[in-house]
Amino acid sequence: MSYELARDREFMLPASGVFIALSLCVAVLLEWLPWHGWLLALRPDFVALVLLYWCTHKPHRVGIGIAWMLGIFVDVADASLFGQHALAYTVLAFGGIVLHRRVQMFSLREQAIHVFGLLLASYVVYAVVHWQVRGYIAWEFFFGALTSALLWIPLTFLLQALRRPRRDPNEL
Amino acid sequence: MEDTRTLRFFNRGPSSVARLVFFSLLSLILLFVDSRFNYLESARQVVAVIIYPFQRLTALPGEALSGLGSYFTLQRHLIADNAALHTQHDVDASQLQQLQVMQVENAQLRALLDVKQRAEYTVQMAQIIYVERDIFKRKLILDKGAQNNIQSGQAVIDNTGVVGQVTRVYPLLSEVTLVTDKNNAVPVQVLRTGLRAVVFGSGNTSELELRYQPVNTDIEVGDELVTSGMDGTYPNALPVAKVVKVERDPAYPFAHVVCEPLAGVDRHRTLLIVSSVIPLPERPVVKEESGEMARFNKNMKRSKP
Repeated sequence: MSYELARDREFMLPASGVFIALSLCVAVLLEWLPWHGWLLALRPDFVALVLLYWCTHKPHRVGIGIAWMLGIFVDVADASLFGQHALAYTVLAFGGIVLHRRVQMFSLREQAIHVFGLLLASYVVYAVVHWQVRGYIAWEFFFGALTSALLWIPLTFLLQALRRPRRDPNEL
Repeated sequence: MEDTRTLRFFNRGPSSVARLVFFSLLSLILLFVDSRFNYLESARQVVAVIIYPFQRLTALPGEALSGLGSYFTLQRHLIADNAALHTQHDVDASQLQQLQVMQVENAQLRALLDVKQRAEYTVQMAQIIYVERDIFKRKLILDKGAQNNIQSGQAVIDNTGVVGQVTRVYPLLSEVTLVTDKNNAVPVQVLRTGLRAVVFGSGNTSELELRYQPVNTDIEVGDELVTSGMDGTYPNALPVAKVVKVERDPAYPFAHVVCEPLAGVDRHRTLLIVSSVIPLPERPVVKEESGEMARFNKNMKRSKP
């Protein structure tokens, strides 16, 4: 029971707007890191992950609108078509918001499985748009969803640790 | 979803389904406009300028690391390098003299024959800021843009051959599509036989494909392909690729010719942008098409996706 409570509290942890914005900015910067060769297929989508984190943990703060704007931003940075990432992130944020209560009930490992499904949906949206416009699909692209889902666990640890208050007020 | 709707004490705006539909439609409209028309290029450029410093910031660690590597070079490496460069310079200098003599002679001969001068081109050096981050695309971003008079369509080469073509120009950056990008075509000529052909990218970094060559075509493994200069985009006689495999299967109408790019498509940090290729005279417009041709063209258009 106490474990349940602790986990509930994890989800109730406060998050300032500045912290949310900062984490999303860092994710965008990570997205710009250069990747070479076969690693390119494994490239995780940091922006999607952080976005999904906030959509499941603070669904009333970070919603579909912010996901869409972030998508447009990434579209320009990535030189992809306007709206390609935006559409994928919109679907992702919607999935995260719809499932946020459900995801909260599971342990991190089980959360990662849910996250994999959501990420796969957004990857499929991106690939379908690409297929419609350019006429082909690179299947290795979907490995990215897998590595991203695996990254969910360390990422959640990191962000939870950063959100936890520095000092326990009961100590004083 | 049900309980959130019944327990809504505070108004939080439209439901998430409504938002999903709205933003999806917005993205689809943007996608349609962007893929069909060019209206959004200016908006893209504005955002690109805003994010430019941040993009440079992420490229910094890699640059710093390679800078550090070159700072700690051993002296004997430098001496060896220097000696090698000196010998190379001597060899080049003698060849350059011969070349100058031949250029003068060539100019005289061409003047005698009354042939137009070959297009001469100058180059601009540019640094690669970063390489492709998207598995679908074979693209590079260079640090020269519209401010340095780069125009989209210019060819990009390195010291060994054609690397690609500038496909989009931002104020401070330009985007290069590599020759190995899927469906990127370069008009070429086989150096040995003079056969004209078009080489296509295959989406794989080290592979190009020579399409639509009949089975009995005169192409051998090891043949060098150079640009033919026939499209007015690439200057002529730049090396592009080398044939590595020829498959002649009589079951298919065309031979399967696989080539390997000569330029270090994925190797260098600095590249050369070929500026100002003299534009070719405009292609004459054919006014009247014969009935057969018109029908053929119509069919072609219809069959296009």
